[in-house]
Amino acid sequence: MAARKSANKSNTSKEELLEFYREMLLIRRFEEKAGQLYGMGLIGGFCHLYIGQEAVVVGLEAAAKDGDKRVTSYRDHGHMLACGMDPKGVMAELTGREGGYSKGKGGSMHMFSKEKHFYGGHGIVAAQVPIGAGLAFADKYLETGGVTFTYFGDGAANQGQVYEAYNMAELWDLPVIFVIENNQYAMGTSVQRSTKSPSMWERGAAYGIPGEEVDGMDVLAVKAAGEKATAHCRAGKGPYILEIKTYRYRGHSMSDPAKYRTREEVQKVREERDAIEHVRDLLLTGKHATEDDLKAIDKDIKAVVNEAAEFSKESPEPQLSELWTDIYADA
Amino acid sequence: MATEILMPALSPTMEEGTLSKWLVKEGDTVSSGDILAEIETDKATMEFEAVDEGIVGKILIAEGSEGVLVNTPIAVMVEEGESPDDVAAAAPAPTAPSPIPAAAAPTTPATVAPASATPAETDIPAGTDMKTTTVREALRDAMAEEMRRDETVFLMGEEVAEYQGAYKISQGLLDEFGSKRVIDTPITEHGFAGIGVGAAFGGLRPIVEFMTFNFAMQAMDHIINSAAKTRYMSGGQMSAPMVFRGPNGAAARVGAQHSQDYGAWYAHIPGLRVVQPYSAADAKGLLKSAIRDDNPVIFLENEILYGRSFDVPVMDDYTVPFGKAKIWREGSDVTIVSWGIGMTYALEAADELAKEGVQAEVIDLRTLRPIDYETVIRSVQKTNRCITVEEGFPVASVGNHLAAKIMTEAFDYLDAPVINCTGKDVPMPYAANLEKLALLTTKEVIDAVKSVTYR
Repeated sequence: MAARKSANKSNTSKEELLEFYREMLLIRRFEEKAGQLYGMGLIGGFCHLYIGQEAVVVGLEAAAKDGDKRVTSYRDHGHMLACGMDPKGVMAELTGREGGYSKGKGGSMHMFSKEKHFYGGHGIVAAQVPIGAGLAFADKYLETGGVTFTYFGDGAANQGQVYEAYNMAELWDLPVIFVIENNQYAMGTSVQRSTKSPSMWERGAAYGIPGEEVDGMDVLAVKAAGEKATAHCRAGKGPYILEIKTYRYRGHSMSDPAKYRTREEVQKVREERDAIEHVRDLLLTGKHATEDDLKAIDKDIKAVVNEAAEFSKESPEPQLSELWTDIYADA
Repeated sequence: MATEILMPALSPTMEEGTLSKWLVKEGDTVSSGDILAEIETDKATMEFEAVDEGIVGKILIAEGSEGVLVNTPIAVMVEEGESPDDVAAAAPAPTAPSPIPAAAAPTTPATVAPASATPAETDIPAGTDMKTTTVREALRDAMAEEMRRDETVFLMGEEVAEYQGAYKISQGLLDEFGSKRVIDTPITEHGFAGIGVGAAFGGLRPIVEFMTFNFAMQAMDHIINSAAKTRYMSGGQMSAPMVFRGPNGAAARVGAQHSQDYGAWYAHIPGLRVVQPYSAADAKGLLKSAIRDDNPVIFLENEILYGRSFDVPVMDDYTVPFGKAKIWREGSDVTIVSWGIGMTYALEAADELAKEGVQAEVIDLRTLRPIDYETVIRSVQKTNRCITVEEGFPVASVGNHLAAKIMTEAFDYLDAPVINCTGKDVPMPYAANLEKLALLTTKEVIDAVKSVTYR
């Protein structure tokens, strides 16, 4: 892979690079396994893979502090793994088993973890954007000092409620980072075919919200942008927008043949801009790790993912009585 | 270890497909993500990627094969130095997805989600003072009392603060609680309903006021998909303890878009509580319960009732539970079931009928989710006749549901069909005479009673 200029090469360490490598690889291998289990009929319904976009969540999580919140769309597996949720619980939710984060009642698109401050997993495009602003509203009201990472795609960025949320978030100085994961395709519609506005983060200017574009294939650049954004929020200056340019290697969902782009286009990104290859390259050329070190990590990750897959097959389906629970609070 | 590549399921409904084309040949080295083959499903031609690195040892299904069942081995992958024949020895024979471990036997099926406990109706001790209070004041008092009791309760909506409420429900609240807790929003229902849901997820107890429930249509997705379903979708981890409130139903001469009763709409949704009070005492006691409830509550008020006065007990903490109907008038000849403004017609009709010697029992459901079926069924077992009264449209009305329930559980007690008195099946007209015709009338309730009592 061609050497790529990284914005903040000095602002990292061997340990951090290894951690980034490990976390991004975990997401990729997990998603590949999920795709495989889907193919075997063990995962049903809709399943949206995150392969290609790993640097976005891994970079931003590196800028998060304990107690910060995150909320996203239905393409949510990567976000959950990056914030430390257990791969076993995530995979078992995908297979609809009782060991899943939602006891099998949510599925791929609907998972939550109060412990890790992960607020879903939302299946309606852009609905998570006002919800994220609301989480930030609660942080400000309760004076927790927390920040909410609100992730949405370039497709969601055309929904009206995004701009309603922008308006109120800035009006009330809410500590929320609006993260536009611009993977360039809203299902099968490219950004060029859905808007004439040249950049999405600049739309924030209409509401007084600052922001910037970020190379989403460079985890260090993402982390640096995340640090800038969180500093802005924590200083009480209100929301910040990060438009992170990324790329989804797989189809929109498992049943998308992706005929709206060429195989060459995908291949070119994989070969020239892959975020994991980038870190791998930094580790090797910086003499932070040897091929053997990285092989050992690959092996560890493979074991973690296989263990999650096994758990997701062995965990039983939910008790039938679960049909009637968790509809209302008990008290 | 040699592994078999199985025919994948590439859509939620795929059972078999055509292996249209191999993009690799035996002996090729592939890495994860490389495209192995093109597979045609019932919907599209899909690319099938390698999950792992390895060497294509053997292709088992030739390209062009149709009707290849999902999970059929289509190729064998090997590692350096292995033979594809190792597969039989090395790996267990592929099977269909492992059988799903058995789950326990079903419990007794229920037809509606179980209701949970809410605060009990406060006993009103003998000799308690009663104060004549409007519904408007009662609602404000309920919010003020709960905001004093719990710092996490706040009110947001259009004109709730500086304007003192579009219908003056929040009068005085800004002065007492300040702008942190009484918040004017821009006119942006979809957005602020979603922010309210997020705030509830984040540990607050929002009261979201809609200037009228007609505008809540813009926020419907957050009410249903974000608020009502999250507890279930999260396996009980997360919920939206909040109240959506505001005037609902026809006011007067405001036309089709501002005159609709949404009771039946919300009552349809598991995960929501739906409250539709009539009297000021119930408005107060039920709103206090709603604010304390850990579920999302739809609180349907009525503009015409806002100015009506009722006796409200003078007590420190008066609450009314959900799912408990109130019998306003006992009678033996017919049961009239209503709620909200429908009670106006029900009670007027009962007064008129009494003059003619017909004793109607009038039940105010007070909440539409949960519904107090027991009180209704018990009454019907006594009177053998039932009329429901609501302002909403007739198709898929709450009355329809009650009629079905009564038919199922008290069929042998019925001496006449259940009649649903409702608004007419038309958008609300503006012209005064037509609007009058579209709305429910007391005479229609009286006529319905006469019909079922064969008078």
